[in-house]
Amino acid sequence: MAHPAETLWVYRNQETQNSHELPVYRASGGYQALERALNELAPAAVLEQVKASGLRGRGGAGFPTGLKWSFVPRETSEPRYLICNADESEPGTFKDRYLMERDPHLVLEGIALASYAIGAAAAFIYVRGELAEAARRLEEAIHQAEAAGYLGERMVGTQTSLKVTVYRGAGAYICGEETALLNSLEGRRGHPRLKPPFPATHGLYQCPTVVNNVETLANVPLIVQNGAEWFRSVGTAKSPGTKVFGVSGRVRHRGNYELAMGTPLSTLVYGCAGGMEDGYQIRAIQPGGSSVPFMTPDQIDCPLDFESVSEAGSLLGCGSVIVVDQTMSIVEACLILARFYHHESCGFCVPCREGTNWMLRILERLVAGQGTAADIDLLYEICGSMLNRCFCPLGDAAAMPVQSAIERFRPEWEHVVRHGVDSVKSNVGATLSGH
Amino acid sequence: MVSQAGIDEIRRLAASFPRRESALLPALWVIQREEGYLPEESLRVVARELSMEPSDVTSRASFYTMFALRPRGQYVIQVCQSISCALVGAQQVIDHLRGRLGIEVGETTHDERFTLLTVECLASCGSGPVMQINEDYFEHLTVERVDEILDGLP
Repeated sequence: MAHPAETLWVYRNQETQNSHELPVYRASGGYQALERALNELAPAAVLEQVKASGLRGRGGAGFPTGLKWSFVPRETSEPRYLICNADESEPGTFKDRYLMERDPHLVLEGIALASYAIGAAAAFIYVRGELAEAARRLEEAIHQAEAAGYLGERMVGTQTSLKVTVYRGAGAYICGEETALLNSLEGRRGHPRLKPPFPATHGLYQCPTVVNNVETLANVPLIVQNGAEWFRSVGTAKSPGTKVFGVSGRVRHRGNYELAMGTPLSTLVYGCAGGMEDGYQIRAIQPGGSSVPFMTPDQIDCPLDFESVSEAGSLLGCGSVIVVDQTMSIVEACLILARFYHHESCGFCVPCREGTNWMLRILERLVAGQGTAADIDLLYEICGSMLNRCFCPLGDAAAMPVQSAIERFRPEWEHVVRHGVDSVKSNVGATLSGH
Repeated sequence: MVSQAGIDEIRRLAASFPRRESALLPALWVIQREEGYLPEESLRVVARELSMEPSDVTSRASFYTMFALRPRGQYVIQVCQSISCALVGAQQVIDHLRGRLGIEVGETTHDERFTLLTVECLASCGSGPVMQINEDYFEHLTVERVDEILDGLP
């Protein structure tokens, strides 16, 4: 059941039975935007509409989508490509998976409209390798859509055609970075590329390419169908529309909730998610996935939009809210994050490869009770040495949470050094059994 | 050795992309589906079909954690250990599996039935703890539920 605070746009079909089937999608108004656009609107008009809507990328960076599309050269003999980034791997993030599994046609319609706007005749959906079910659903949906004339040759009776291919990744977080994704799609190791040049001019096979997140593309049919003004009627001036927020940790109702941008964090955590489970209290919150700085419990009323969360010293990222409770020390939380980034660092650039390694070793010492006060300073210094000095954003993602944890929870770190990690944890005696 | 049907599929894949090398990951998936892992001689077949150097194929295959360069058990159990699952008891699931299977993380049981791995986020953060057995997800895990699932495997 949807929570009253929700505004269901891209998640409107999530609880509809058989929502992944074409007839069900069409019954909800699906593919009307594509029919109208291909028959009545020029590609530039679709682009202008998305630009006017103010839609910003939902994959983490928040870059204006229409602007990104406009960087693709209009007059070119080269093929142009549209890539749907479905490599959802950010810890705490589980929104795109459900869009693909339960509403694959919405994603495909977004892909078709984006491809039309930039003049692409081929699109790829780069699906995270683990998400086998999502990949299967997308492939079935592509077959259905091709048979019904929404994809493939002569779409909806027009001269436009589009071939959509599902491409399965194979386990590499870094491939969510758009240039690493392109290398992977070319059959290489998933190392990021130097930018500039940007994918808009030199992307897949060095041809003009747009890479958009699943949720971003899912918004496009709604904008084309209802107009930019309608889209701007929800959310804030600079962050219009809705966002799918995922809440995880010891809250009562973990899950995804689609809310207007600018909704307070407290509405999400206490309203939608029902607050904390009995006996658990909030220690810290990451509002945008595992890669963003921690917020403190007193910031619970922060509005969830790109600007407000930045002003609060963190980042909205992909809107994945991770609630760390009092049964886990902030030092342990940092160790779990460090293990992730150490594992996922692609090893291509030195500050990230070495930095994530040293971060992990120091955090392991601290949690094992073998750390010193000097280790806290050393760890903080390593974070500073990584920020803005790594080849791609993964290094920043590894450093930012730990840096913020030291800045905002320094007394806890010092307590852990003196008295051990268990001394700062409250134990509610909860076990997995019967949970 | 990869079957003729597998080779034909790899050829179809190679022809379906604007450039043949793009078929590398799909081709490796074909091999792993048939053989359970990526044997060296099959990597050579992929190299031949995609006009690549065998060392490039191996190097690239080794970059991706889901590709296995050595044989694994019939059931590959992957438990998420990322932050969202860690907050709701992933470690208890991992410890229970270690005890029940009598192996450490990264090992395979002697009867080659189970391989136990920990992995990073499986995009089930709202329904953790979670494990994947081969391609299937098992969510909201408890120790009892893990036992039921393992007992129910054919």
